[in-house]
Amino acid sequence: MSEFIKPELVCPAGTPASLRTAVDAGADSVYCGFKGPTNARNFPGLNFTKAELSESVKYAHDKDAMVLAAINSFPTAGRTDIWKKSVDDAVELGIDAVIIADIGMAKYVAETHPDQRLHLSVQAGASSPEAINFYVERFNVKRVVLPRILTVPEIKRVHDAIDCEIEAFVFGNIGMMAEGRCSLTNYVTGISTNMDGVCSPASHVDYEPDEEDGLTTRLGDFAIDCISCGETAGYPTICKGRYDTAHKKNYYAFEEPISLNLTRLLPDLMRAGVTALKIEGRQRSRAYIRSVVSAFRDAVDAYAAGDEPDITELIALTEGHKETQGAFKSKSWR
Amino acid sequence: MPLFAMQPILRRIVRHVAQLHPELFERLGDSCSKQFLIDAKGMPFLLLLRPDPENLMLVAKSRHAEIPYDVLVSGKFVTLLRMIDSKTDSDALFFNRDIAVTGDTEAIVALRNALDDMDATLADDVATAFGPLRGPVRASIDAANKIVGSKT
Ligand code: SF4
Repeated sequence: MSEFIKPELVCPAGTPASLRTAVDAGADSVYCGFKGPTNARNFPGLNFTKAELSESVKYAHDKDAMVLAAINSFPTAGRTDIWKKSVDDAVELGIDAVIIADIGMAKYVAETHPDQRLHLSVQAGASSPEAINFYVERFNVKRVVLPRILTVPEIKRVHDAIDCEIEAFVFGNIGMMAEGRCSLTNYVTGISTNMDGVCSPASHVDYEPDEEDGLTTRLGDFAIDCISCGETAGYPTICKGRYDTAHKKNYYAFEEPISLNLTRLLPDLMRAGVTALKIEGRQRSRAYIRSVVSAFRDAVDAYAAGDEPDITELIALTEGHKETQGAFKSKSWR
Repeated sequence: MPLFAMQPILRRIVRHVAQLHPELFERLGDSCSKQFLIDAKGMPFLLLLRPDPENLMLVAKSRHAEIPYDVLVSGKFVTLLRMIDSKTDSDALFFNRDIAVTGDTEAIVALRNALDDMDATLADDVATAFGPLRGPVRASIDAANKIVGSKT
């Protein structure tokens, strides 16, 4: 008999085909967003039209999976109608939960669609019981997605002090900023991660090869990395670039390209009271989703049954083939 | 096979795929008018693709020609094929430097995402474009995939 309550496996999808792949690979729920600036993965060619989401919800529900709509960027003045329309559309389609970051949108959902299940996005950056309980009391938030800045014992303490479920990221891309507060891309490109929904917009990224099989990555006017022949590459984000500074040359001044992988901490997270385990990667391919979701399905089922899962395959899918347990293990991570 | 003999085959393939997957163009948005130059290493020629439904083009080009393009994608032929068919993750291929991309990054991201939303594999679509020859064509693609699959 297992000591855990089996958590919900929350998986990403950037396209209808990815959503079907995630559901077929064993996702309990899939999170996705509409095309445009209302979600935090606003990449070219990605995301759902209303009609696509409608079909996808039907597909998932037919297979007993849930669909969560990420409407989790921050509307600026004069643009709130776009976010409200996304919320209305998602509710109309019978979405299982709406994931919101902006406090105004949380109010809108609570007042306009009081029966709609509401989740608080990681982008809201709510990490203390006081902040989380505020959202629970004022807007009837049922689940908080925790920022990736807490250790497992801290998550346990938060769990014991709040009146809603906890969703925690367990795998995928990780930035060093408290979510929802990074302005690096905005500084360089004028396009905001938090308000336009895209970090390092592809329109501003340039890869420049050289004669020796090296590669210079540029974002806007800035070179953010020079990769030499044979070296692995990472995402073109400022936080994972290499820079010359006064005391050190060509080094990862913020953080290394690395992926979060909490497979080994899953039992601890389950014991800490985490209800849902989230995989990052709405921008990733179906091949990635198929592999990661199946691996986590097996891992969660194995732990829940008291067995040791085989987790070796996941490392091949990590950024730069490097993994970390981030702040979940220790605050000394950088 | 000389380049001129390839052009009608390529035209047939691209028209067939476009007919089967009109939703692909919606995902591509403005990037459909871009010219994608595909350098499949080991192939004697380059491929130039313009996935514009109004002005569709897939042609073979000599490796010695000066070819204007918006995006250049390069990698081994079978690596590219497996990526298009979502058998391997394109980001992992990029991190690993198995594929390289230069030029209009927005256009290649849009194309990658549009292709990734296709449920059928390109190998299937290419094979069906050849009507009665679909069996042998499919078998050749599978054989090529197997050789690389066993090495990766
Ligand atoms: S620059 Fe890094 S920390 Fe900032 S939003 Fe982008 S990925 Fe996150």
